[in-house]
Amino acid sequence: MLKQENKTEVIVVGAGAAGIACAITLARAGKQVVLIERGLFAGSKNVFGGAIYTAAVKEIFPEFEANAPLERRNIEHNYAILGEAESTTITYRKNDNSSYSVIRAKFDRWMAEEARKAGVYIVEETVVRELIKEKNRIIGVKTELEDYYADIVVLADGVNSLLAKQIGLRKEIDTKDVALSVKEVIKLDKETINQRFNIKDDEGSIVEIFGGPMLGMLGLGFMYTNTDSVTIGLGITLNELVEANYRPFEILEKLKSHSSIAPLIEGGELKEYSAHLIPEGGYKKIPKLVDNGVMVVGDAAMLVNNLHWEGTNLAMISGKLAAETAIEAIDNNDFSKKMLAGYEKRLKNSFVLKDMKTYKGLFEVAHQRKKALFSYYLKKVNAFFEMFTSSDGVPKKEHYHKFIKSIFTDRKISELFKDAWAILRLLWSILL
Amino acid sequence: MNIDKKLYTLKYSPDTQSHLKPDKEQCRLCESRNCTFICPAKVYEWSEEKQELIVNYENCLECGACRIACERKAIDWEYPKGTKGVTFKQG
Repeated sequence: MLKQENKTEVIVVGAGAAGIACAITLARAGKQVVLIERGLFAGSKNVFGGAIYTAAVKEIFPEFEANAPLERRNIEHNYAILGEAESTTITYRKNDNSSYSVIRAKFDRWMAEEARKAGVYIVEETVVRELIKEKNRIIGVKTELEDYYADIVVLADGVNSLLAKQIGLRKEIDTKDVALSVKEVIKLDKETINQRFNIKDDEGSIVEIFGGPMLGMLGLGFMYTNTDSVTIGLGITLNELVEANYRPFEILEKLKSHSSIAPLIEGGELKEYSAHLIPEGGYKKIPKLVDNGVMVVGDAAMLVNNLHWEGTNLAMISGKLAAETAIEAIDNNDFSKKMLAGYEKRLKNSFVLKDMKTYKGLFEVAHQRKKALFSYYLKKVNAFFEMFTSSDGVPKKEHYHKFIKSIFTDRKISELFKDAWAILRLLWSILL
Repeated sequence: MNIDKKLYTLKYSPDTQSHLKPDKEQCRLCESRNCTFICPAKVYEWSEEKQELIVNYENCLECGACRIACERKAIDWEYPKGTKGVTFKQG
Protein backbone atom coordinates (compact mmCIF):
# COMPACT_ATOMS: atom_id res chain seq x y z
CA MET A 1 0.00 0.00 0.00
CA LEU A 2 2.69 2.49 0.99
CA LYS A 3 5.37 3.48 -1.44
CA GLN A 4 8.68 2.07 -0.29
CA GLU A 5 11.03 4.77 -1.57
CA ASN A 6 11.33 7.77 0.77
CA LYS A 7 9.49 5.82 3.44
CA THR A 8 10.39 6.04 7.10
CA GLU A 9 8.70 5.18 10.38
CA VAL A 10 8.09 8.72 11.64
CA ILE A 11 8.31 12.16 10.05
CA VAL A 12 8.48 15.13 12.41
CA VAL A 13 7.68 18.51 10.83
CA GLY A 14 9.55 21.37 12.50
CA ALA A 15 12.83 21.40 14.43
CA GLY A 16 11.84 23.49 17.40
CA ALA A 17 11.75 22.41 21.02
CA ALA A 18 8.80 20.02 20.51
CA GLY A 19 9.96 18.52 17.24
CA ILE A 20 13.51 17.84 18.36
CA ALA A 21 12.38 16.33 21.68
CA CYS A 22 10.05 14.03 19.75
CA ALA A 23 12.59 13.03 17.12
CA ILE A 24 15.44 12.27 19.53
CA THR A 25 13.20 10.18 21.80
CA LEU A 26 12.25 8.07 18.77
CA ALA A 27 15.81 7.70 17.53
CA ARG A 28 17.03 6.63 20.95
CA ALA A 29 14.42 3.87 20.88
CA GLY A 30 15.88 2.71 17.58
CA LYS A 31 13.08 4.03 15.36
CA GLN A 32 13.65 5.60 11.95
CA VAL A 33 12.84 9.27 12.10
CA VAL A 34 13.14 12.14 9.63
CA LEU A 35 12.99 15.68 11.02
CA ILE A 36 12.09 18.31 8.43
CA GLU A 37 12.99 21.94 9.11
CA ARG A 38 12.12 24.86 6.83
CA GLY A 39 14.96 27.13 8.00
CA LEU A 40 18.66 27.10 7.10
CA PHE A 41 19.26 25.29 10.38
CA ALA A 42 17.24 24.32 13.46
CA GLY A 43 16.45 27.50 15.39
CA SER A 44 16.86 29.87 12.45
CA LYS A 45 13.13 30.59 12.31
CA ASN A 46 12.49 30.30 16.03
CA VAL A 47 11.91 33.16 18.43
CA PHE A 48 10.91 33.11 22.09
CA GLY A 49 11.10 35.32 25.15
CA GLY A 50 14.11 33.91 26.73
CA ALA A 51 13.99 31.00 29.17
CA ILE A 52 14.19 27.24 28.99
CA TYR A 53 13.16 25.20 32.01
CA THR A 54 15.67 22.81 33.56
CA ALA A 55 13.29 20.06 34.65
CA ALA A 56 11.79 19.62 31.17
CA VAL A 57 15.09 19.91 29.29
CA LYS A 58 16.65 17.32 31.62
CA GLU A 59 13.98 14.81 30.64
CA ILE A 60 15.35 14.93 27.11
CA PHE A 61 18.98 15.97 27.71
CA PRO A 62 19.98 14.86 31.24
CA GLU A 63 23.50 16.37 30.88
CA PHE A 64 22.52 19.60 29.15
CA GLU A 65 23.79 21.89 31.91
CA ALA A 66 27.33 20.70 31.19
CA ASN A 67 27.07 20.63 27.38
CA ALA A 68 24.45 23.01 25.96
CA PRO A 69 25.11 26.62 24.93
CA LEU A 70 23.42 28.36 27.85
CA GLU A 71 23.52 32.08 28.53
CA ARG A 72 22.65 32.73 32.16
CA ARG A 73 21.10 30.88 35.09
CA ASN A 74 18.07 32.85 36.24
CA ILE A 75 18.27 33.63 39.94
CA GLU A 76 15.97 36.61 40.02
CA HIS A 77 12.38 37.25 38.94
CA ASN A 78 11.20 40.85 38.93
CA TYR A 79 7.57 41.82 38.54
CA ALA A 80 7.52 45.48 37.54
CA ILE A 81 4.36 47.59 37.36
CA LEU A 82 5.01 50.68 35.27
CA GLY A 83 3.08 53.92 35.55
CA GLU A 84 3.65 57.04 33.45
CA ALA A 85 6.97 57.94 35.05
CA GLU A 86 7.07 55.64 38.04
CA SER A 87 7.16 51.95 38.83
CA THR A 88 6.69 49.40 41.60
CA THR A 89 8.74 46.20 41.45
CA ILE A 90 8.54 43.00 43.42
CA THR A 91 11.70 40.90 43.32
CA TYR A 92 12.07 37.25 44.16
CA ARG A 93 15.67 36.12 44.35
CA LYS A 94 17.10 32.69 45.02
CA ASN A 95 20.32 31.01 43.99
CA ASP A 96 18.57 28.58 41.72
CA ASN A 97 18.97 26.70 38.45
CA SER A 98 15.34 26.08 37.51
CA SER A 99 15.63 28.07 34.29
CA TYR A 100 18.29 29.44 31.92
CA SER A 101 18.28 32.16 29.31
CA VAL A 102 19.37 30.88 25.89
CA ILE A 103 19.78 32.14 22.33
CA ARG A 104 17.48 29.92 20.29
CA ALA A 105 19.64 30.00 17.17
CA LYS A 106 22.44 28.44 19.23
CA PHE A 107 20.42 26.27 21.62
CA ASP A 108 18.09 24.71 19.03
CA ARG A 109 21.05 24.05 16.79
CA TRP A 110 22.77 22.25 19.65
CA MET A 111 19.65 20.18 20.36
CA ALA A 112 19.37 19.29 16.67
CA GLU A 113 23.03 18.24 16.61
CA GLU A 114 22.39 15.95 19.58
CA ALA A 115 19.41 14.52 17.70
CA ARG A 116 21.57 13.94 14.64
CA LYS A 117 24.12 12.10 16.79
CA ALA A 118 21.29 9.94 18.17
CA GLY A 119 20.36 8.91 14.63
CA VAL A 120 17.72 11.43 13.56
CA TYR A 121 17.87 12.19 9.84
CA ILE A 122 17.49 15.97 9.58
CA VAL A 123 16.36 17.60 6.34
CA GLU A 124 16.89 21.37 6.44
CA GLU A 125 15.79 24.20 4.13
CA THR A 126 12.67 22.25 3.23
CA VAL A 127 9.09 23.40 3.65
CA VAL A 128 6.32 20.86 4.07
CA ARG A 129 3.49 22.26 1.96
CA GLU A 130 0.87 19.57 2.42
CA LEU A 131 0.11 16.32 4.14
CA ILE A 132 -0.58 13.27 2.04
CA LYS A 133 -3.78 11.48 2.90
CA GLU A 134 -4.84 8.05 1.80
CA LYS A 135 -7.98 6.23 2.90
CA ASN A 136 -8.64 8.63 5.77
CA ARG A 137 -5.12 8.35 7.08
CA ILE A 138 -2.08 10.64 6.90
CA ILE A 139 0.68 8.71 5.17
CA GLY A 140 3.29 11.35 4.38
CA VAL A 141 4.22 14.90 3.48
CA LYS A 142 4.63 16.90 0.29
CA THR A 143 7.63 19.23 0.23
CA GLU A 144 8.72 21.56 -2.56
CA LEU A 145 11.09 18.95 -3.92
CA GLU A 146 9.80 15.52 -3.12
CA ASP A 147 7.28 13.52 -1.18
CA TYR A 148 8.19 11.61 1.94
CA TYR A 149 6.16 8.80 3.41
CA ALA A 150 5.86 7.57 7.00
CA ASP A 151 3.73 5.48 9.32
CA ILE A 152 3.23 8.52 11.52
CA VAL A 153 3.59 12.27 10.91
CA VAL A 154 4.11 14.51 13.95
CA LEU A 155 3.17 18.15 13.43
CA ALA A 156 5.60 20.37 15.33
CA ASP A 157 5.22 23.17 12.81
CA GLY A 158 4.62 25.95 15.29
CA VAL A 159 1.92 28.41 16.23
CA ASN A 160 0.62 28.94 12.70
CA SER A 161 0.39 25.19 12.05
CA LEU A 162 -1.05 25.47 8.57
CA LEU A 163 -0.83 21.68 8.38
CA ALA A 164 -3.11 21.01 11.37
CA LYS A 165 -5.62 23.41 9.85
CA GLN A 166 -5.33 21.81 6.44
CA ILE A 167 -6.42 18.40 7.72
CA GLY A 168 -9.19 19.83 9.88
CA LEU A 169 -7.64 19.27 13.29
CA ARG A 170 -8.31 22.89 14.06
CA LYS A 171 -10.15 25.95 12.82
CA GLU A 172 -8.71 29.28 11.81
CA ILE A 173 -7.01 31.01 14.75
CA ASP A 174 -8.91 33.92 16.25
CA THR A 175 -7.14 37.25 16.91
CA LYS A 176 -8.08 36.79 20.58
CA ASP A 177 -6.11 33.56 20.80
CA VAL A 178 -2.64 34.74 19.83
CA ALA A 179 -0.36 37.47 21.08
CA LEU A 180 1.99 39.26 18.73
CA SER A 181 5.40 39.55 20.27
CA VAL A 182 8.23 41.82 19.16
CA LYS A 183 11.60 41.80 20.80
CA GLU A 184 15.11 43.15 20.55
CA VAL A 185 18.39 41.63 21.61
CA ILE A 186 20.63 44.46 22.73
CA LYS A 187 24.36 44.05 23.03
CA LEU A 188 25.92 45.19 26.29
CA ASP A 189 29.13 44.03 27.89
CA LYS A 190 28.95 41.43 30.61
CA GLU A 191 30.17 43.68 33.41
CA THR A 192 27.61 46.36 32.60
CA ILE A 193 24.81 43.79 32.64
CA ASN A 194 26.02 42.40 35.97
CA GLN A 195 26.09 45.86 37.53
CA ARG A 196 22.74 47.01 36.20
CA PHE A 197 20.91 43.83 37.13
CA ASN A 198 22.73 43.25 40.41
CA ILE A 199 24.05 39.84 39.38
CA LYS A 200 27.45 38.21 38.96
CA ASP A 201 29.19 35.51 36.91
CA ASP A 202 26.61 33.37 35.11
CA GLU A 203 23.66 34.65 37.13
CA GLY A 204 20.66 35.98 35.24
CA SER A 205 17.61 38.11 35.89
CA ILE A 206 14.11 38.14 34.42
CA VAL A 207 11.83 41.18 34.41
CA GLU A 208 8.13 40.76 33.76
CA ILE A 209 6.56 44.09 32.93
CA PHE A 210 2.98 45.21 33.49
CA GLY A 211 1.46 48.53 32.42
CA GLY A 212 3.57 51.28 30.92
CA PRO A 213 2.82 51.58 27.19
CA MET A 214 0.69 48.41 27.43
CA LEU A 215 -1.57 49.96 30.07
CA GLY A 216 -5.16 48.87 29.55
CA MET A 217 -4.22 46.28 26.93
CA LEU A 218 -3.97 42.54 27.35
CA GLY A 219 -0.23 42.55 27.04
CA LEU A 220 2.98 42.26 29.00
CA GLY A 221 6.61 43.16 28.56
CA PHE A 222 9.65 41.06 29.34
CA MET A 223 13.39 41.32 29.81
CA TYR A 224 15.97 38.55 30.01
CA THR A 225 19.70 38.78 30.52
CA ASN A 226 22.01 36.85 28.21
CA THR A 227 25.77 36.55 28.66
CA ASP A 228 26.59 39.73 26.77
CA SER A 229 23.22 41.00 25.67
CA VAL A 230 19.84 41.88 27.11
CA THR A 231 16.53 40.87 25.58
CA ILE A 232 13.59 43.25 25.80
CA GLY A 233 10.22 42.63 24.26
CA LEU A 234 6.50 42.56 24.68
CA GLY A 235 3.54 40.49 23.68
CA ILE A 236 0.09 41.93 23.11
CA THR A 237 -3.04 40.01 22.18
CA LEU A 238 -3.59 40.49 18.47
CA ASN A 239 -7.19 41.68 18.77
CA GLU A 240 -6.05 44.50 21.06
CA LEU A 241 -3.52 45.75 18.53
CA VAL A 242 -6.10 45.51 15.77
CA GLU A 243 -8.66 47.48 17.76
CA ALA A 244 -6.20 50.12 18.88
CA ASN A 245 -4.46 50.52 15.48
CA TYR A 246 -1.06 50.29 17.15
CA ARG A 247 2.19 49.37 15.53
CA PRO A 248 3.85 46.80 17.79
CA PHE A 249 7.39 48.17 17.36
CA GLU A 250 6.24 51.66 18.36
CA ILE A 251 4.93 50.31 21.66
CA LEU A 252 8.27 48.58 22.16
CA GLU A 253 10.06 51.88 21.55
CA LYS A 254 7.90 53.49 24.25
CA LEU A 255 8.68 50.67 26.64
CA LYS A 256 12.41 51.03 25.99
CA SER A 257 12.26 54.72 26.76
CA HIS A 258 10.35 54.36 30.04
CA SER A 259 12.25 56.00 32.90
CA SER A 260 12.49 52.69 34.80
CA ILE A 261 13.64 50.65 31.78
CA ALA A 262 15.85 52.98 29.75
CA PRO A 263 18.78 53.00 32.24
CA LEU A 264 18.98 49.18 31.98
CA ILE A 265 19.65 49.20 28.24
CA GLU A 266 21.30 52.60 27.86
CA GLY A 267 24.29 52.63 25.51
CA GLY A 268 23.46 49.17 24.16
CA GLU A 269 23.61 48.30 20.49
CA LEU A 270 20.76 46.51 18.73
CA LYS A 271 21.93 43.06 17.67
CA GLU A 272 18.67 41.72 16.33
CA TYR A 273 15.00 42.63 16.08
CA SER A 274 12.45 39.85 15.75
CA ALA A 275 8.77 39.02 15.97
CA HIS A 276 6.69 35.93 16.58
CA LEU A 277 3.17 34.88 17.52
CA ILE A 278 2.48 33.30 20.91
CA PRO A 279 -0.42 30.83 21.18
CA GLU A 280 -2.57 32.13 24.02
CA GLY A 281 -5.91 30.49 23.52
CA GLY A 282 -5.45 28.20 26.51
CA TYR A 283 -7.06 24.87 27.31
CA LYS A 284 -10.34 25.52 25.48
CA LYS A 285 -8.56 26.26 22.21
CA ILE A 286 -6.32 23.21 22.11
CA PRO A 287 -6.95 21.59 18.71
CA LYS A 288 -7.70 17.93 18.10
CA LEU A 289 -4.38 16.35 18.98
CA VAL A 290 -4.53 13.13 16.99
CA ASP A 291 -6.02 11.53 13.93
CA ASN A 292 -5.15 8.45 11.92
CA GLY A 293 -1.39 8.58 11.39
CA VAL A 294 -0.87 12.06 12.85
CA MET A 295 -0.20 13.86 16.16
CA VAL A 296 0.17 17.56 17.02
CA VAL A 297 2.72 18.86 19.56
CA GLY A 298 4.09 22.11 21.03
CA ASP A 299 2.92 25.54 19.85
CA ALA A 300 1.00 23.88 17.02
CA ALA A 301 -1.14 22.32 19.77
CA MET A 302 -1.47 25.69 21.61
CA LEU A 303 0.43 24.29 24.56
CA VAL A 304 1.46 27.51 26.32
CA ASN A 305 0.91 28.38 29.96
CA ASN A 306 0.63 32.13 29.63
CA LEU A 307 0.42 32.98 33.32
CA HIS A 308 3.73 31.29 34.13
CA TRP A 309 5.40 32.18 30.82
CA GLU A 310 5.99 28.53 30.06
CA GLY A 311 6.08 27.18 26.52
CA THR A 312 9.33 25.44 25.62
CA ASN A 313 8.89 23.02 28.52
CA LEU A 314 5.34 22.10 27.52
CA ALA A 315 6.59 21.74 23.95
CA MET A 316 9.41 19.38 24.88
CA ILE A 317 7.29 17.17 27.10
CA SER A 318 4.51 16.99 24.52
CA GLY A 319 7.11 15.96 21.92
CA LYS A 320 8.44 13.28 24.21
CA LEU A 321 4.99 11.91 24.98
CA ALA A 322 4.08 11.84 21.29
CA ALA A 323 7.29 9.89 20.67
CA GLU A 324 6.46 7.36 23.39
CA THR A 325 3.06 6.87 21.79
CA ALA A 326 4.62 6.50 18.34
CA ILE A 327 7.02 3.85 19.68
CA GLU A 328 4.09 1.87 21.05
CA ALA A 329 2.22 2.28 17.75
CA ILE A 330 5.19 1.08 15.70
CA ASP A 331 5.70 -1.92 17.96
CA ASN A 332 2.04 -2.84 17.52
CA ASN A 333 1.95 -1.88 13.84
CA ASP A 334 -1.18 0.15 14.55
CA PHE A 335 -1.27 3.81 13.51
CA SER A 336 -4.96 4.42 14.01
CA LYS A 337 -6.44 7.39 15.80
CA LYS A 338 -7.42 5.03 18.57
CA MET A 339 -3.85 3.91 19.14
CA LEU A 340 -2.45 7.46 18.87
CA ALA A 341 -5.03 8.66 21.40
CA GLY A 342 -2.49 7.29 23.86
CA TYR A 343 -0.63 10.57 23.32
CA GLU A 344 -3.62 12.56 24.51
CA LYS A 345 -3.95 10.28 27.50
CA ARG A 346 -0.27 10.69 28.39
CA LEU A 347 -0.59 14.47 28.08
CA LYS A 348 -3.63 14.44 30.35
CA ASN A 349 -1.71 12.54 33.00
CA SER A 350 1.25 14.91 32.79
CA PHE A 351 1.59 18.44 34.13
CA VAL A 352 1.13 19.73 30.58
CA LEU A 353 -2.63 19.31 30.23
CA LYS A 354 -3.18 19.43 33.99
CA ASP A 355 -1.72 22.95 34.08
CA MET A 356 -3.54 23.99 30.93
CA LYS A 357 -6.77 22.79 32.55
CA THR A 358 -6.03 24.55 35.82
CA TYR A 359 -6.02 27.88 33.99
CA LYS A 360 -8.84 27.12 31.58
CA GLY A 361 -10.86 30.09 32.85
CA LEU A 362 -7.97 32.53 33.10
CA PHE A 363 -7.96 34.09 29.68
CA GLU A 364 -11.68 34.65 29.59
CA VAL A 365 -11.47 36.53 32.87
CA ALA A 366 -8.44 38.46 31.64
CA HIS A 367 -10.37 39.51 28.51
CA GLN A 368 -13.53 40.38 30.43
CA ARG A 369 -11.84 42.27 33.28
CA LYS A 370 -9.11 43.74 31.09
CA LYS A 371 -9.58 47.35 32.12
CA ALA A 372 -9.49 46.38 35.77
CA LEU A 373 -6.56 43.98 35.72
CA PHE A 374 -4.36 45.73 33.18
CA SER A 375 -5.10 49.34 34.07
CA TYR A 376 -7.09 50.26 37.16
CA TYR A 377 -5.38 48.04 39.75
CA LEU A 378 -1.94 48.57 38.27
CA LYS A 379 -2.42 52.33 38.61
CA LYS A 380 -3.62 51.85 42.17
CA VAL A 381 -0.47 49.96 43.14
CA ASN A 382 1.72 52.84 42.03
CA ALA A 383 -0.68 55.37 43.56
CA PHE A 384 -0.46 53.56 46.88
CA PHE A 385 3.32 53.72 46.96
CA GLU A 386 3.29 57.33 45.80
CA MET A 387 1.04 58.10 48.75
CA PHE A 388 2.98 55.94 51.18
CA THR A 389 6.39 57.40 50.32
CA SER A 390 5.31 61.03 50.15
CA SER A 391 6.36 63.40 52.86
CA ASP A 392 4.53 66.57 52.06
CA GLY A 393 3.28 67.88 55.40
CA VAL A 394 -0.21 66.47 54.84
CA PRO A 395 -1.20 64.27 57.81
CA LYS A 396 -0.94 60.56 56.95
CA LYS A 397 -4.53 59.90 57.98
CA GLU A 398 -5.73 62.34 55.33
CA HIS A 399 -3.60 60.57 52.73
CA TYR A 400 -5.04 57.20 53.66
CA HIS A 401 -8.61 58.47 53.60
CA LYS A 402 -8.09 60.09 50.23
CA PHE A 403 -6.53 56.94 48.79
CA ILE A 404 -9.29 54.69 50.09
CA LYS A 405 -11.92 57.09 48.82
CA SER A 406 -10.27 57.08 45.38
CA ILE A 407 -10.67 53.31 45.14
CA PHE A 408 -14.43 53.76 45.20
CA THR A 409 -14.68 56.95 43.15
CA ASP A 410 -12.31 55.95 40.31
CA ARG A 411 -14.25 52.78 39.57
CA LYS A 412 -17.93 52.02 40.01
CA ILE A 413 -18.66 50.02 43.15
CA SER A 414 -20.64 47.55 41.07
CA GLU A 415 -17.54 47.00 38.90
CA LEU A 416 -15.37 46.50 41.98
CA PHE A 417 -17.75 43.79 43.13
CA LYS A 418 -17.67 42.20 39.69
CA ASP A 419 -13.85 42.26 39.76
CA ALA A 420 -13.79 40.62 43.18
CA TRP A 421 -16.32 38.02 42.09
CA ALA A 422 -14.41 37.24 38.90
CA ILE A 423 -11.15 36.86 40.83
CA LEU A 424 -12.77 34.66 43.47
CA ARG A 425 -14.34 32.44 40.83
CA LEU A 426 -11.04 32.23 39.02
CA LEU A 427 -9.17 31.29 42.19
CA TRP A 428 -11.85 28.73 42.93
CA SER A 429 -11.43 27.15 39.50
CA ILE A 430 -7.64 27.14 39.82
CA LEU A 431 -7.43 25.68 43.30
CA LEU A 432 -10.23 23.12 43.24
CA MET B 1 14.73 53.90 16.39
CA ASN B 2 12.71 53.49 13.22
CA ILE B 3 11.67 50.19 11.77
CA ASP B 4 14.09 50.24 8.85
CA LYS B 5 17.05 50.34 11.24
CA LYS B 6 15.57 47.46 13.21
CA LEU B 7 15.09 45.36 10.08
CA TYR B 8 18.62 46.16 9.01
CA THR B 9 19.85 43.88 11.83
CA LEU B 10 18.30 40.84 10.15
CA LYS B 11 19.69 38.40 7.67
CA TYR B 12 17.38 37.92 4.70
CA SER B 13 17.53 35.79 1.62
CA PRO B 14 14.66 37.21 -0.43
CA ASP B 15 12.89 35.24 -3.10
CA THR B 16 12.07 36.79 -6.45
CA GLN B 17 8.38 36.12 -5.90
CA SER B 18 6.22 37.09 -2.95
CA HIS B 19 5.06 34.39 -0.55
CA LEU B 20 2.34 36.83 0.60
CA LYS B 21 -0.49 37.22 -1.87
CA PRO B 22 -3.31 39.49 -0.78
CA ASP B 23 -6.45 39.50 -2.89
CA LYS B 24 -6.08 42.99 -4.36
CA GLU B 25 -9.77 43.40 -5.04
CA GLN B 26 -10.59 42.62 -1.39
CA CYS B 27 -7.88 45.08 -0.28
CA ARG B 28 -9.55 47.87 -2.24
CA LEU B 29 -12.83 47.17 -0.46
CA CYS B 30 -11.23 46.67 2.95
CA GLU B 31 -11.92 49.42 5.48
CA SER B 32 -9.58 48.57 8.33
CA ARG B 33 -6.45 47.48 6.42
CA ASN B 34 -5.18 46.00 9.67
CA CYS B 35 -2.13 44.62 7.89
CA THR B 36 -0.75 48.13 7.29
CA PHE B 37 -0.19 48.70 11.02
CA ILE B 38 -0.24 45.26 12.62
CA CYS B 39 2.78 43.94 10.74
CA PRO B 40 5.93 44.07 12.88
CA ALA B 41 8.05 44.57 9.75
CA LYS B 42 5.79 47.12 8.02
CA VAL B 43 5.48 44.87 5.03
CA TYR B 44 2.16 46.33 3.86
CA GLU B 45 1.59 49.87 2.68
CA TRP B 46 -1.49 51.30 1.06
CA SER B 47 -0.78 53.38 -2.00
CA GLU B 48 -3.46 56.04 -2.41
CA GLU B 49 -2.10 56.88 -5.81
CA LYS B 50 -2.30 53.37 -7.20
CA GLN B 51 -5.21 52.37 -4.96
CA GLU B 52 -3.29 49.21 -4.29
CA LEU B 53 -1.65 47.38 -1.43
CA ILE B 54 2.14 47.39 -1.73
CA VAL B 55 3.72 44.25 -0.29
CA ASN B 56 7.35 44.53 0.79
CA TYR B 57 7.54 40.78 1.27
CA GLU B 58 11.36 40.89 1.45
CA ASN B 59 11.05 42.30 4.99
CA CYS B 60 8.64 39.64 6.27
CA LEU B 61 9.49 38.07 9.65
CA GLU B 62 7.15 35.14 8.88
CA CYS B 63 5.15 35.60 12.09
CA GLY B 64 1.70 35.11 10.55
CA ALA B 65 0.01 38.06 12.27
CA CYS B 66 -1.31 39.59 9.01
CA ARG B 67 -2.99 36.36 7.98
CA ILE B 68 -4.94 36.17 11.24
CA ALA B 69 -5.59 39.91 11.58
CA CYS B 70 -6.89 40.40 8.03
CA GLU B 71 -10.59 41.18 8.45
CA ARG B 72 -11.40 39.64 5.08
CA LYS B 73 -9.11 36.66 5.44
CA ALA B 74 -7.85 37.74 2.06
CA ILE B 75 -4.12 37.09 2.39
CA ASP B 76 -2.93 33.93 0.71
CA TRP B 77 -0.08 33.32 3.15
CA GLU B 78 2.54 30.64 2.94
CA TYR B 79 6.06 30.19 4.21
CA PRO B 80 8.84 31.26 1.85
CA LYS B 81 10.76 28.49 0.10
CA GLY B 82 13.14 26.53 2.29
CA THR B 83 16.20 28.45 1.20
CA LYS B 84 14.51 31.86 1.40
CA GLY B 85 13.20 34.36 3.92
CA VAL B 86 14.51 35.55 7.25
CA THR B 87 17.19 33.85 9.35
CA PHE B 88 17.31 34.71 13.04
CA LYS B 89 20.77 34.54 14.53
CA GLN B 90 19.52 35.26 18.04
CA GLY B 91 15.83 34.37 18.35
